[in-house]
This record gives sequence, structure tokens and C-alpha cells, in this order.
Amino acid sequence: MNKRSSWALPYFIFMVLFVVLPLLMVVIYSFQDSAGNFSMANFSKFITDKDSLSTFALSIEVAIENTLLCVIIGYPVAYILADKKLNKSAVTVVLFILPMWVNALMRTLATAELFNMAGITLGKGTLLFGMCYDYLPFMIYPIYNVLNKMDKSYAEAAEDLGAKPKEVFMKITLPLSMPGVLSGVMMVFMPTVSTFAISEFLTNNKIKLFGTIIQENINNSMWNYGAALSLLMLAIIAITTFLQGKSSEDTVDGGAI
Amino acid sequence: MTDRIINISHLSKSFPGGSKVLDDINLYIRKGEFLTLLGPSGCGKTTMLRMIAGFLQPDEGSITMDGKELTGVPPHLRPLNTVFQRYALFPHLDVYDNIAFGLKLKGVPEDEIDKRVSKVLKLVSMSDYEDRDVNSLSGGQQQRIAIARAIVNRPKVLLLDEPLAALDLKMRKDMQIELKEMHKKLGITFIYVTHDQEEALTLSDTIVVMNEGKIQQIGTPMDIYNEPVNSFVADFIGESNILNGTMIKDREVSFIGHDFKCVDEGFGENAPVDVVIRPEDVIIKSKLEGAQFTGKVKSCTFKGVHYEMFVDTDNGYEMMIQDYNSFEVGSTVGMSINPNDIQVMHKERVCNTFEGVMKSSDTVEFLGGEFKCLDTGLEAGDKVTVTVKFNKVDLLDHEDEAICTGNVVFILYKGDHYHLTIKTESGEKVWVDTDDIWDKNDLVGINILPKDIHITKTAENE
Repeated sequence: MNKRSSWALPYFIFMVLFVVLPLLMVVIYSFQDSAGNFSMANFSKFITDKDSLSTFALSIEVAIENTLLCVIIGYPVAYILADKKLNKSAVTVVLFILPMWVNALMRTLATAELFNMAGITLGKGTLLFGMCYDYLPFMIYPIYNVLNKMDKSYAEAAEDLGAKPKEVFMKITLPLSMPGVLSGVMMVFMPTVSTFAISEFLTNNKIKLFGTIIQENINNSMWNYGAALSLLMLAIIAITTFLQGKSSEDTVDGGAI
Repeated sequence: MTDRIINISHLSKSFPGGSKVLDDINLYIRKGEFLTLLGPSGCGKTTMLRMIAGFLQPDEGSITMDGKELTGVPPHLRPLNTVFQRYALFPHLDVYDNIAFGLKLKGVPEDEIDKRVSKVLKLVSMSDYEDRDVNSLSGGQQQRIAIARAIVNRPKVLLLDEPLAALDLKMRKDMQIELKEMHKKLGITFIYVTHDQEEALTLSDTIVVMNEGKIQQIGTPMDIYNEPVNSFVADFIGESNILNGTMIKDREVSFIGHDFKCVDEGFGENAPVDVVIRPEDVIIKSKLEGAQFTGKVKSCTFKGVHYEMFVDTDNGYEMMIQDYNSFEVGSTVGMSINPNDIQVMHKERVCNTFEGVMKSSDTVEFLGGEFKCLDTGLEAGDKVTVTVKFNKVDLLDHEDEAICTGNVVFILYKGDHYHLTIKTESGEKVWVDTDDIWDKNDLVGINILPKDIHITKTAENE
């Protein structure tokens, strides 16, 4: 080991202690029963338990719905923000990013309070609203970034070749901004799958998501089952990351954050 | 005229916050010609091209094509195509789809698109590249695809915005020849923008030299090179010696302290003029007899084909000379110039003229500052015309001692002094003759002695 690489040692130790070891423990715990013997019981419990399965399905469904909602709302916002003719100041961009700086729990509690005040019953609608509100900036920002950095001459070239404004958008701007959309999707989808606080506060625990079950199990000292569920979630996140990496290889370096 | 394809009249454009980018441009472009807009950066050439393409709207004036008004027509409806400076090839499409982009939009049948794409690829010597990713191509290849993508649509006019600027020298030379051949083969009108005067001379049928939003000269490459109309054009196109001279009478001009025969007429007697001598037009010999003037070789540099020498003439002027033979530094040489090779130009101005207002009988305000002057006997508020000779303007390093400040925008070496153009903060221009060396964009302070300020009362129109 030469001198330079020994500088990395503190980071290496940190990574082992706080990233690698916990992950290993999750893996080990998930393949053990409460007595500490090797067992697949945790996984078979999950597969046979109807409640767990339906919660899992609901979590994925909510995550997909939320991500779609964020794309549908976020893309036009990002487009308008990146258009120099429509948005002449950088302040508006900051205004949209500003909520990211406020703790998500506080925002969620405040949203729940607002719904209570307005007399709206908490349920799936309020859950989606809260999630979308929380995660929208994570969708807007990467798309805005890509659109903002995009060479204007692409759009001009398309126009020059006879494309109407709508065609310019569909054939050039939209495909070229896909890397931004994809990283936005990643940044919204993954945290939504694992969230539990938002569903707890915004549905009064009426709707349980996958993250909620993990939290409940661990709180009730069911470490092994909790670890197995966590491992499942990690697998989902790994798969989505892998898929995203795959598709962004095919597109251009679009300058996602 | 029927052979005119594009007519530009009274075209003006200012950008927000002030300066005029284009100032009353009038120009027509003939069908099938290779026209180059040439000028330094910021002269308005790209702005003009973008207006023809439709990406910018003029403030005033009109552009017509085949008699139809183009202003107000969006770019996608204009029958012309553009080759962009950095190519702007669509990175998510392959070579075929890039070229077919315009044809697909027009709904050209698939098999005809195939035919036209392969034909145009052959024209740019890029056959068999259909399936390639555009990012995997070299700069020169991307350039060819960009040209192919434009001409496949068979535009009536092809606009090219410095298309070769990003290529290395060798590649640029090759592409110049190819572009010229392509132009001949296609018979399309080319409008080409460049700041490279050599490129313009090589390629064009017609060159439009622009500076500061105005057309300086329109002509064939030969005209522009041999008969520049003003010192800007002479300085911008090729190397040149630009000197102050006096037209003694028709066919006789005096400069660098000697009289020369020339071929120009009609300037009047004893008229101040600018004289342009191309460095290759000075005949230089080691023999002193028969020479029109003599000088001492100050430096001699080998430039590949020729030697470039700076010679101090017998009357203290410096001249640049190019010759196939080298002459030893320090040696005395004899020189002469053929009457045909002396280009005489009207002086655009012989002294600075400003509009001013009297502040008191011995203070006058102009150029955004108050100058002391000799007692005029005029009253405060009187409108006056102020004239100052070029060599009577003092330039100072320290702004605090100056009455007003400005930036050096143009430098012309006149053989024994520099002729500077200075743009003041008030936006006016001051011309200064000086022996001191200043750099372009230098901030200078301006001062004028009271005795050098000449004031005449402006005649009231009422």
C-alpha cells in the first residue's frame, strides 16, 4: 500500500462499519429464526401471509402512481422553468426547490393538519397528495437541469428542417430530456416504496405501506422478519437502479444530477 | 431583378440594453451564388444569418425571398436550411435518421427517403455510414452529415454558420475545396458566415465585409483584396501597409515622404488620402540605383513560401514586405512600387468632430465631459461644433486625471504611428494618432489641451 492510498483508510473503516456490516447483518438476520438457526421461514412467512403480500402490492402501486403523478406535474413545470422566454429569473427555480430544504416530517405533519382543518378525511387521496408534494422537487430538479443544459441548437435545427413547435418537442426535446426524467423517477420511486412516516401521518395509519410493516416488525423486536422484508426492498431498489443504469447507457449523456 | 433570390432592405436590429447589432443593412443575393458574410466577431454577421433563417426577428426592415416577404414566417416554413456552427446533429438518432429527419416530416415516401439519403451520403463521401451513431463520428464526419442533413431537403438557399470553425487546419482546407465543389454541383445559393478572411477569399463569389453592424464593402474576392474601400477592409483582409498620403494631383500620390505614380484619379489636388500597399507588392532589391526609396532591413522571418521583412524606410516609416528572397538584417535595400499596386482610398475623416454645448465662455461640454478651452466669447448654452486633430488628443493611463474615458476598439498601424479608434463611455468615437502602444480593449483616459480645441458656433436653424 503506498502512502497516498493509505489516506483512504478512515473512509474505508467508516464504510465497513456503517454500510457493509449493517448490510451483512440484514442478510444474516433475514436467513435466521429467532433462535439464531439458519432458516427460510421468514421468506416463506412473507409469501404465505396474505396481508404482507397485499401491503407489498399496495406499496408498489402507490409508488408507481406517485411517480407518474410527479412526472405529469413535474415535467411541464421543469419545462416552463427552463424556458428563458417564459421564466426570466432564477428565483422561481429556487422557489420550487425551496421545500426540499424543510424537513419532510414537518411538511407532512403540516399537510395532515391542513387536511384536518379543511375537514377532509384522510385516505389514499391525501396520501398521494402528500407524497407528491414531498417528492415533486426531486422530479422537477433533474428534468429542469437537463432541459436547461440542452443545446438550443438542437431545437433550432429541428425547426430549420421543417418541424412544427409540437414536433420539435415530441421528436427532439422530449427524447433528449429522458435521462433527466429517469433520474427523477429513481429519486421519487425508491423513497416512496420505503416510506412509512407519510402514510402514518396522512392516513392515520389506515393505509399501511411496506415501509410501515418493516418499521412495526422491528419496533416489536421481530428482527429477523423485519430484516427479510428489508432485504426484499433492497432487491427491488437494486433492480430499478439496474434498469435505469441500463437505459441511460443507451441514451446520451444528458447531464442528470 | 429576376436573378435575385433574396433581397434585404433597411434591416436593423438592436439587442436589449443598447447597441445596434445591425444598422440599416441593404443587400441582395443572386440565385446560385456563393455569398460570404465576413467580419470580426460581434460585427452582426451571425445575427443577419439567424434573421434569414428565422430564429431572430428584425426590429425594422424586410427580407424577401423570390419576392415573398420572409419576416414573420416561422423557421419551419422557410424554404431554406442551415448548417450550424457546432453541427447540432441529433444525438439520439443515427446518421440515417438525422438526414431523413426533414424528409420524414414532409411525408416523403419511405423508398424515396432511402434513395435520397444514400445519394446525399455519397455526395459528402460518407456512404455506408447510415447506421452509425453520430457521437462516434469525428468532427469532420459530423460536419459532412450536418451538410447532408441540410441539402437532402433540396433547399433553395443553404445557410452556413462558420461550419468549419471547429475543424483543424488541414481538415478545414480539404472541406473548403469540397464545399466549393458541392456548391458547383448542387447549384444552390450558399450564404456563408465566417471570420476567416482566407476562407472567404477561397470560397466566395461575393464577399460582404461587415463591421459594427454595417456593411463595409461588397465585391468579388479580387475586388475586396485589391481595392479595399476603407482602412478597415484593407486591414481585415490580408496583410497590408496602410499609410497616410496626399493626392498631389491625378495619378500622383505622395506618402512615406516620396512621390509615386499611381493610377487613381478624381481625388482633387492635395487631398489627404489613405494608401494601401500589400506587402507582396513592394519590389525589394539590394541594388539602390533605380529604386524609388531606400531603407534598412529590421527583421527577416521565413514564412514557408516567402520571407516576411520589416524595413525602416529612409524617412522613418516602417513597412512590411514579403519576398521570395531574404535580405540580411541591417543591410540597406532599394524598393519600388508599381503604379498599379498602389491603392488609394478616401479618408473617412481628417479630424474629430463633436457636437457640444458651451458651459461658459471658456468651458465646453462634449463626449460626456467638460473641457476647458480658449475664451470664445460665446455664452453658456450655445450649441457648438468642436473639432480636434487626431494627434492632439492625449491618452492617459490614469483615469482620474482624464476628463472622460473610453476603450480602444480598433488599432491601425500607419507606418510611423498608430491610429486608434476609441469608444467613449457616452458611446461616441474618438480617433487618435499616437506613437504609444496601446492594446485593444484598453481603458484609456482622454484629455485635450485648451489650445487644441477648435470651436465654431453651430448655425441656428430658426
